[in-house]
Amino acid sequence: MTLAFAFLNTQRLVHLSTVDLVIIVFYFVLVLAIGFYLKERANTGEDFFMAGREMTAWIAGLSFLSANLGSLELMGWAGASYQYGILATHWYWIGAIPAMLFLALVMMPFYYISKTHSVPGYLKLRFGESSRALSSVCFAFMTVLMSGINMYSMALVLKIILGWNINVSIWVSSLTVAIYVTLGGLRSAIFNEVLQFILIWAGALLIPILGLIEAGGWSGLKARIAVNASAEYTHMWSTMGHFKDNPMGIHWTGIVFGLAAVISTGYWTTDFLVVQRVLAAKDLRAAKMAPIIGAAFKMFVPFIVILPGLLGLALLPMKLMPEAQAVATGGHSYNEVLPLMLARYCGPGLLGLGITALIAGFMSGMAGNVSAFTTVWTYDIYRALIKKDSSDRHYVNMGRWSTLGGVIISIGTAYLVIHFKSIMDYVQALFSFFIAPLFATVILGMLWKRASPAGGFWGLLAGTGSSVGMWAWVKMDPTALRYVALSPYARDMAENMYRALWSCLICAFVTVAVSLVTTPKPEAELKGLVYGATDIPSETYVSMFHRPWFWAVVVGTIFVVLNIIFW
Amino acid sequence: MKSGGSISIWFFIGISLLVNGLLIFGSGIYELFHIPKNPVVLFNLHASIWWGAILALLGAGYCIYFTPGKGRG
Repeated sequence: MTLAFAFLNTQRLVHLSTVDLVIIVFYFVLVLAIGFYLKERANTGEDFFMAGREMTAWIAGLSFLSANLGSLELMGWAGASYQYGILATHWYWIGAIPAMLFLALVMMPFYYISKTHSVPGYLKLRFGESSRALSSVCFAFMTVLMSGINMYSMALVLKIILGWNINVSIWVSSLTVAIYVTLGGLRSAIFNEVLQFILIWAGALLIPILGLIEAGGWSGLKARIAVNASAEYTHMWSTMGHFKDNPMGIHWTGIVFGLAAVISTGYWTTDFLVVQRVLAAKDLRAAKMAPIIGAAFKMFVPFIVILPGLLGLALLPMKLMPEAQAVATGGHSYNEVLPLMLARYCGPGLLGLGITALIAGFMSGMAGNVSAFTTVWTYDIYRALIKKDSSDRHYVNMGRWSTLGGVIISIGTAYLVIHFKSIMDYVQALFSFFIAPLFATVILGMLWKRASPAGGFWGLLAGTGSSVGMWAWVKMDPTALRYVALSPYARDMAENMYRALWSCLICAFVTVAVSLVTTPKPEAELKGLVYGATDIPSETYVSMFHRPWFWAVVVGTIFVVLNIIFW
Repeated sequence: MKSGGSISIWFFIGISLLVNGLLIFGSGIYELFHIPKNPVVLFNLHASIWWGAILALLGAGYCIYFTPGKGRG
């Protein structure tokens, strides 16, 4: 989120031609046309909130990935790769692939067979209303705030890259999202996310292709980076033996146990923003294949994110710098590496497509937040706590109104952030408080029949509370970092990793302890929700090439090979 | 996947790629005869022309294959 600051006080990076503007306007027209076209297919609750549960594995898988592929992330991680080298790839490989495969093979059957409409909805079925209320209120609040922050960041990026008015950017993009999600519901959001995914690749793929040509291939790139920075910038694991040995200040245990085992698994398996896309799949096999397809594409996202950052390090004539220094000197910050590379290679037309890719990334993230908020608000808060017995039509109308409401709150948040920029860091931290403990609650609920409703609720509360407590402890006393992150040399990212790990373990410990002294649900009520009490349909009737396990092994093997190649 | 009657999402994607590809291709051809004062790096490779052509061909293929009413998607 510090990306936003990076663009303050810098000059416009690129100038658009007429053909660039035509490409951008065409994109807006097309996404609105899709929304209007799909309006007739969003009349029932199942249609509006779950896209009719008829998505193929490919659509659900690409949408699953696209909802996460926001431009802020693309630009931020390109900047991180300029700053930290290929280490940033960990957030795309070990920080995503194992979690996605775990979701597909282990967790998806329970989500799908339970026919839940949301992750808080699963908690209601498994642990009861109190756990759902806690998770849904936290999720709805954070989601809509995150949407506003993304909106603000997009407007700021467009202002700095293109010189566009910040108010116009906020209102045009948010109203466009509001229109197409209000009209077509989740189906419209998913359709547009798939379109946006294709545009992101079409707009960004040229940078690494041309960059590698200019650098003289991968070996030429490594040689230039060894001169401009250090040869260690192109190794993923060999420098992670000690906190001091790599620019991220992180140890391999933080990456493996904090990032991969907790943060990433928590995000990809319990954040409803992404899980909602898979729940819309047409059958269980499609629901299991969707995250595997998403994982296959996720493995190659570093090609359009990390590689441009490395190419910038090797080829750009100027030295990029931290945000504060860039603001003070009028130079370019790390986070500007992607637009700088875009401007380096892309002439009229290509530049418009590249900018469209960035806008598409922002809008897919915003639409993902808004559609997830709408479902959780309508089903898990409004219907559960405010108006229980109303018609399906009433809830669809509430869904449409809450979409507009969510966008308006997001716009309000965007303007709030303009005046109080530190809010962004706090909201990000708040969001992270919740995901790691939620993962422990959900996974224990799915795999352990003895986990009781009281155990689920108190574990979630204790995990979230302890995460907030550790964060506040380090804020008040920075020397506490040696305890939270196990080393005084640890940096922000390492702190996040370890805080997530501890809060997840505390949640699991409290859940187990409370469950052992309280009454569990009868086994009959756990059918379809828990391992050992659920009949999972056999896949023996399909050929090997149609089985999720087969493709998970293929993706997992490629993942291992890539890590060895770039060790 | 079909929706809203008979139009596949891939048809919409085809239209997007086709239109963008044609615009980029046309822009590349224009630049071939009107060389800009400050050309981009590797201008000699004329990326706009071949990338635009690839996108347009891909888009045309999708549009034809997923034309509404063909029952594909």
